Amino acid sequence: MSSANRIGFVLLLTPLVLWLGLLIIIPHIDMFLVSIRERVGRGVYETSAAQYLTFINEPLYIWTFVRTAVMSVLATALTLLIAFPVSYYIAKMARGRLQQVLFMLCLIPFYVSELVRTFGWMILLRETGLVSNLLQWAGLADQPVEMLYNDAAIMIGLVYTSMLFMVVPLVTTLESLDDSVVEAGYDLGGNGLSVLREIVIPHAMPGIVAGCIVVFMLSLGNYLTPTMLGGKDSLWFTEMIYNQFIVRFNWELGAAFGFMLLLLSSLIVWGVLKLTGRTLQETLG
Amino acid sequence: MTRTLLLTSTLLAGLATAGQADTLRLLTWGGYAPDDVVEMFEEQTGHTVEVTKSNNEEMIAKLRATGGGGFDLAQPSQDRIMGPQQEFGIYKPMDVSKLNKDLFIPSMLQATMKNTTVDGEVYGVPHVWGTSGLVMNTAEAGDVVKDYDDLCDPAVAGKVSYRLKRPTLIGFAFAMGEDPFAAYDDEEKYKEIMEKVEAKLIECKANVKTYWGGGDELMNLVRSGEVTAAMAWDTGGWKLNDDNSDITFVAPESGALGWIDTFVLPAKGQADDVAYAWINFVMQPEIAAKITAAAGNFTASAGADQYAEDSLKAKYQASFPQEAIDNIKWYPPVPAGLEAIEGSVLDRVQAAQ
Repeated sequence: MSSANRIGFVLLLTPLVLWLGLLIIIPHIDMFLVSIRERVGRGVYETSAAQYLTFINEPLYIWTFVRTAVMSVLATALTLLIAFPVSYYIAKMARGRLQQVLFMLCLIPFYVSELVRTFGWMILLRETGLVSNLLQWAGLADQPVEMLYNDAAIMIGLVYTSMLFMVVPLVTTLESLDDSVVEAGYDLGGNGLSVLREIVIPHAMPGIVAGCIVVFMLSLGNYLTPTMLGGKDSLWFTEMIYNQFIVRFNWELGAAFGFMLLLLSSLIVWGVLKLTGRTLQETLG
Repeated sequence: MTRTLLLTSTLLAGLATAGQADTLRLLTWGGYAPDDVVEMFEEQTGHTVEVTKSNNEEMIAKLRATGGGGFDLAQPSQDRIMGPQQEFGIYKPMDVSKLNKDLFIPSMLQATMKNTTVDGEVYGVPHVWGTSGLVMNTAEAGDVVKDYDDLCDPAVAGKVSYRLKRPTLIGFAFAMGEDPFAAYDDEEKYKEIMEKVEAKLIECKANVKTYWGGGDELMNLVRSGEVTAAMAWDTGGWKLNDDNSDITFVAPESGALGWIDTFVLPAKGQADDVAYAWINFVMQPEIAAKITAAAGNFTASAGADQYAEDSLKAKYQASFPQEAIDNIKWYPPVPAGLEAIEGSVLDRVQAAQ
């Protein structure tokens, strides 16, 4: 019996181990090895920290790095701000069929690919686009307005792309909040604000943290949205990684960039967990 | 049991040798292997063709990732063969005797073979050629924009677009009276030229609406009238000309930049004979004309011109008077290492405020 159990355990574990090993761990080791070598001549490489030094010594790279992180944090905060009332309405106020319909409405945009969604925004925001024409028709603008190719457009795209990943965990945690607890809060003399602060938010915390982590990682690692909606100055860190690998043939620097991004995202997630006093186990479990 | 096994294996072995039906994994550009051409080839030879569409940089990155495996025939530009071959060894020498040389325009074949020779071995033969220059609305920007650096003229402010890639650097260098190709082997001189171009591009940045990335993005910008002058490929201008006769491709005063896309064999290609067969097939004048119709660019096939559409020929002649053809600057092979200089220039231009 125990040997049969053992076989079952091994069989169940094998796909996971293969997945992690072949697709995540081995490629990362390889990437790391690439990132610590330097081209000294035609096809000749030496081990060195030159790539990481290049990263540290070039203000442009650091600046893009910081910019990407700050904008991702901002996008996460905005998504939370917009998604929280939406989720609260879906979880607590809408009933029965309406609840399902509203939830579906959040889901439907994700039936099409990210590329198509981004193109949709381009059609809306461009100078000869829908919004610009609408503003002119309404008399609010007397000439075409360009809303594409700037950081605000990137922000809209990022928030839109990651909305669902915030709504789902929030709805799940908010649904588990007992209505009577909220009522008790009011009975004890609380007002809307204090009930929200003392009861709803603490209860929804696991959902908030989980949603924030997912949205932050998605924004930080997004490539399509920032490149398509962004303008002349809008460098995104993933774009720099792509450029180093594909356009410049500089895999070494690209790999180093990749590791810096991994480090940055891990650090920020760790910082957020520390700040909110949660552990990764609580958040995921 | 054993007998059945034996029988099946003999059968399979027989099929494999008798049919000689191989698969050609072709790594190419959009339009270079149109469906009707692929079907004709498959019907005539019995081989199958798998087409993967890509661009120069991605082709080299893909081949580099596998050490030249995964594809049997690739089509990078002729200036991107020598450098990557010396650096990464991703191609294998081509046996030109297996090709029907009469199908090629002799001067183009010679030039490409010379530019793709590494250590005495030829690595590439020409297929499709074209130029990049200015695509513009001649009614609105025709009087102002005559050369690349005219894109920085205040008269077209906010209505201009170009890519943030190496052709832009090269084009601006020529427009500013420099000769970057002559400086390819002199890194110091090349750096000096690029610094001048960098200053110009940063100064010009306010004029640019956006740096375009993909061809379709640019087409939309020009078609909608949001951009009146741009640096782009000739085919883009000719396609837009069908919709709006004011828009066309104009060869800049300092000369259009000429490229030739080639055929090369990846180092670990497994169907060389099919690859040679494909090259000989698509270089036939009638087939080459079909590719010209699909891609919008002319090929190195001798005699294909007479099969090309008259409307395309007319557009070509309007864009390229004889002196403009003589003035085309053909890309010489890029020495390894130049990308690093260009890369940091492009980064600084994008980061400049």
